[in-house]
Amino acid sequence: MINTVKKWFDDNKNRSLFYQFITILLFIYIGHFFFSNTVTNLEKQKIASGWGFLTKEAGFPIGESVIEYKPADNYGKALSAGFFNTVKVAIIGNFLAVTLGTLIGIARLSRNWLVSRISLCYIESLRNIPLLLQLFFWYTFITDILPIVRNAFKPLPNVFLSNRGLVIPLPKSDPAFELVGWGFFLALILILIFWKMARKHQDKTGRSLPFIKISLCIFIMIPLLGWLIGGAPTAMDIPKQGRFNFSGGYTVSPEFMSLVLGLVLYTAAFIAEVVRAGILSVKKGQTEAAESLGLKPHQVLRLVILPQALRVIVPPLTSQLLNLTKNSSLAVAIGYPDFVSVSNTTLNQTGQAVECIFLIILLYLSTSLLTSIFMNWYNKNIALVER
Amino acid sequence: MEENKEEKSRIKIILKWLKDNLFYNPLSSFITILIIYGIINILIPSYQWLFVDSLLNGDAEACRKVEGACLAFLKEKTRYILLGMYPQDEHWRPVLNVFIYLALLVFSRDRSRWGKKLLGLWFFFGVFSFFLMRGGIFGLEFVETDKWSGLPLTLMLATVAITVSYPLGILLALGRRSKMGVVRLLSIGYIELIRGVPLISILFMSSVMFPLFLPKGIVINKLLRAQVAIIMFISAYMAEVIRGGLQAIPNGQYEASDSLGLNYFQKMRLVILPQALKIVIPPTVNTSISMFKDTSLVMIIALQDMMYTAKGAMSDPHWLGFSVEAYIFMAVLYFCFCFSLGKYSRRLEKELDTGLA
Amino acid sequence: MKIVLNLETVNMEQDLINSKTLRIAAIVGSFVCSSAFSGTIDDIKKKGYIQCGVSGQVPGFSSPDSKGVMKGLDADTCRAVAAAVLGDSKKVKFTQLSAQQRFTALQSGEIDILARNTTHTLSRDTALGLNFAPITFYDGQGFMVRKKDGIKSGKELDGAAVCVQQGTTTERNISDYFRKNGMKMKAVIFESRDETLKAYLSKRCDVYTTDASGLASERTKLKDPQNHVILPERISKEPLGPAVRHGDDQWFDAVKFTIYALFAAEEMGITAANIDSDAIQKSTDPNVQKLIGNTVGNGKSLGLTLKEGKKEVSNEKWAYNAIKQVGNYAEIYERNVGPNTPLRLDRGLNALYTNGGLMYAPPIK
Repeated sequence: MINTVKKWFDDNKNRSLFYQFITILLFIYIGHFFFSNTVTNLEKQKIASGWGFLTKEAGFPIGESVIEYKPADNYGKALSAGFFNTVKVAIIGNFLAVTLGTLIGIARLSRNWLVSRISLCYIESLRNIPLLLQLFFWYTFITDILPIVRNAFKPLPNVFLSNRGLVIPLPKSDPAFELVGWGFFLALILILIFWKMARKHQDKTGRSLPFIKISLCIFIMIPLLGWLIGGAPTAMDIPKQGRFNFSGGYTVSPEFMSLVLGLVLYTAAFIAEVVRAGILSVKKGQTEAAESLGLKPHQVLRLVILPQALRVIVPPLTSQLLNLTKNSSLAVAIGYPDFVSVSNTTLNQTGQAVECIFLIILLYLSTSLLTSIFMNWYNKNIALVER
Repeated sequence: MEENKEEKSRIKIILKWLKDNLFYNPLSSFITILIIYGIINILIPSYQWLFVDSLLNGDAEACRKVEGACLAFLKEKTRYILLGMYPQDEHWRPVLNVFIYLALLVFSRDRSRWGKKLLGLWFFFGVFSFFLMRGGIFGLEFVETDKWSGLPLTLMLATVAITVSYPLGILLALGRRSKMGVVRLLSIGYIELIRGVPLISILFMSSVMFPLFLPKGIVINKLLRAQVAIIMFISAYMAEVIRGGLQAIPNGQYEASDSLGLNYFQKMRLVILPQALKIVIPPTVNTSISMFKDTSLVMIIALQDMMYTAKGAMSDPHWLGFSVEAYIFMAVLYFCFCFSLGKYSRRLEKELDTGLA
Repeated sequence: MKIVLNLETVNMEQDLINSKTLRIAAIVGSFVCSSAFSGTIDDIKKKGYIQCGVSGQVPGFSSPDSKGVMKGLDADTCRAVAAAVLGDSKKVKFTQLSAQQRFTALQSGEIDILARNTTHTLSRDTALGLNFAPITFYDGQGFMVRKKDGIKSGKELDGAAVCVQQGTTTERNISDYFRKNGMKMKAVIFESRDETLKAYLSKRCDVYTTDASGLASERTKLKDPQNHVILPERISKEPLGPAVRHGDDQWFDAVKFTIYALFAAEEMGITAANIDSDAIQKSTDPNVQKLIGNTVGNGKSLGLTLKEGKKEVSNEKWAYNAIKQVGNYAEIYERNVGPNTPLRLDRGLNALYTNGGLMYAPPIK
């Protein structure tokens, strides 16, 4: 009996099956342990659970929101307002961080000794200080150093900078702007089509079309056309100084400013290193070979160096972009109403900790997963094709 | 005559260096001058702020009158920022702890000292420092974990988390590369789940959700909960780092050990892991640095780490308005730790590079 | 201690008791403790102290003094309960909690009683699974503004930026108030109390809002309290009281009647100083005799016991101990938040019903 068991167990396949079976049991047991405890705890103490709270009136204010939100709206709406605030920070922050990071990464390789040293100092100092500390610092800096509303700076006419934020005039809402939005959308599709065409053309004839110029034209002209068709509204919503605050115009709040500033400066330091490594990964011979083929400098950069450098840059860059997005959750410490902050408030008002934390995890996880799916697709697309 | 010549040639070298590195074309010259102008405009006022106009002795009133930094604030509050709520009379205990810790850290710097003995030493130190902080034996006054704060807490959170997460990371990495479908799936699931969410959400989970997971009657201290949350978080990152090392080991090594008749555990323990772990030492240190910085997030769930005590010092009603000084102080502290660790990791990278192809 | 035991038995089974594992078990044990299998009171007796959740950041209600001793009305409430249940007001351990953490801490059994100036509301009582003991402080939300701004009433605040702390009833009240009056506001919401106050002081906001007592307490923290005014409006009802978990009625009763005893003591004129005097001890008032336990019965009804030698006897001195060691409600009030403290809060609604306030204890018999 024991011998047969032993024999069965000696087979690698069987053993592996056995281990897996044990693992599954253990996993189910632990999962069940936590789950049943939670359910018993919630029931025993009559703590509310379930998703019903999403349709209840939220009743709390949110400082700023991309979508329209009133305290009379429900928790679901409040959470989506928080979600879009996170998206806003992520998009603007990532765009700026990549721009700044690339600049600094290139500057790090500059022949100019001072420029490269300063970039090094920047990278080393910002990377080695906790982001939370930097956020606090910028928030204090912005609210303490900038003047109060009455003495606001006026860098441009009708633009005010104070410790209540940056207030700028905004075009008054008009149906024409909807057309402009659709225009941008249309332009993007046209550019995508044009890009495919241009590539085909190049493959066939070996000549490249002036892609950047034409697509830039498309990108500007079509939304402009939309604006003109809509009647070319020019009325502006100009900020006015009220008793306490500015009314009208668009306000970039100090919380948003310091969050973006902190995230961008911090992430740029990491991106700079990524960019530097990417550029260094392209061997010098490549440049020389390209030059000897008679390519012009900008062509060398665009056709030879960039495509190779990008292959090295993109994977770590994505993880930096994701990091920025995840780090935006620190907004809760400096009063910017991002998704985590709003969920936190919801958690406190409704007491439904499990549901709210679950939502936070779900949101960030799906963002990460979507990004990695996209990345895998992209990596396959640009991977070295060996012929 | 001779000397003069030497001097001249030296000047020539300097000039040549300047020309080659700073003024090699008009644009570069322009940028150089711009930067020098900028540096002067930043450095001189900062110097004045910190050294000339600053005040070292005095109270808050006197500090508000000077234009420079209020060093008196730091002088008054440094003790609180570093040691926090720990009972005043017992301050020698955390201080001793931190010093032994730093000494051990410096001692372990040399790779030739790495080995079982050093590991034992660290283990002994861990136990020793725990009881030194906690007291309750050898006539030491008992100090609750609620009162552990400041620098010792920060160091403890980071060190324990990194130490514990390392073996966990190895297990997860092996799991992710395992041939057993279930194990692989669970490992991937865990790693990606943790890496996909911000640390703060895991900390929130540990502070407001986890207590509900446990059966009624069992309560886990909030410090331990946070510590476990950080460990869970770091292990996923450690696992990815170690996986990188495992992937870098050529297939031949696996095949060779298989042909020697080693079983899975022998193969991993004797052949693969020693090589893989060596390759990933530098990225491991880098991960440790980022985790050290990330421990600052525990202040959001009201654990009194160094950041929390610094915030507390700033909101002392008598000393309101000196937050910039405190932030800079904190930045310098964190910077020193992270920068020296980073430098160390680069040194290791160089040392190890020669050893492996 | 359950976990430790488990670890140890496992080790024994494996016959592998080496010092290392034991040490780990001991360390784990010092972090993990078990509680509340039978009932909160038994459990408290077993561990020998009450774990009390407080804020620790609100002078007058709960904040540590320079020696780290928790002071304040909330802290004293916990002490009174400890004196009543365990016979010693010093047998309390305080856990400082943020606004977010407080309810989970109570629900999960991390603390036995939550005295963290928490407002009693319907949703908290039901959805959060709490039971609120009698209100120890009737409050209302108010506004603090800078004197320089020359604001006289909350109705002038249209368009103002308001600093609020997250996780509180104030967050909703403020928006209700502005909605009701058709005014606009910019809310800036922070996670911690300190950060909220700091933002107000750096002039990020025009208004700082929280419970009026909280405002008074924060104002004492300021360097220049004379430059800040608290507006007369109270925009909400904020009955603050300690809370316990649902589902343990004995413990709930003990907390409830300890607090009622403090009210009753004030009404009967019993103080910490005179409770041992003949005037009280030999009082002819049967109610006094019942309260201080000379006439037995109350302790037994509440199910409170104390160890006397080796025997558990019913604890008839529960109210006596609470009053003797902590003082009656008036004493607690005057000591922590009254007119002679930096908070300078008049009794107002918190006076006894006989003096036009709301404090009213049911007969303790």
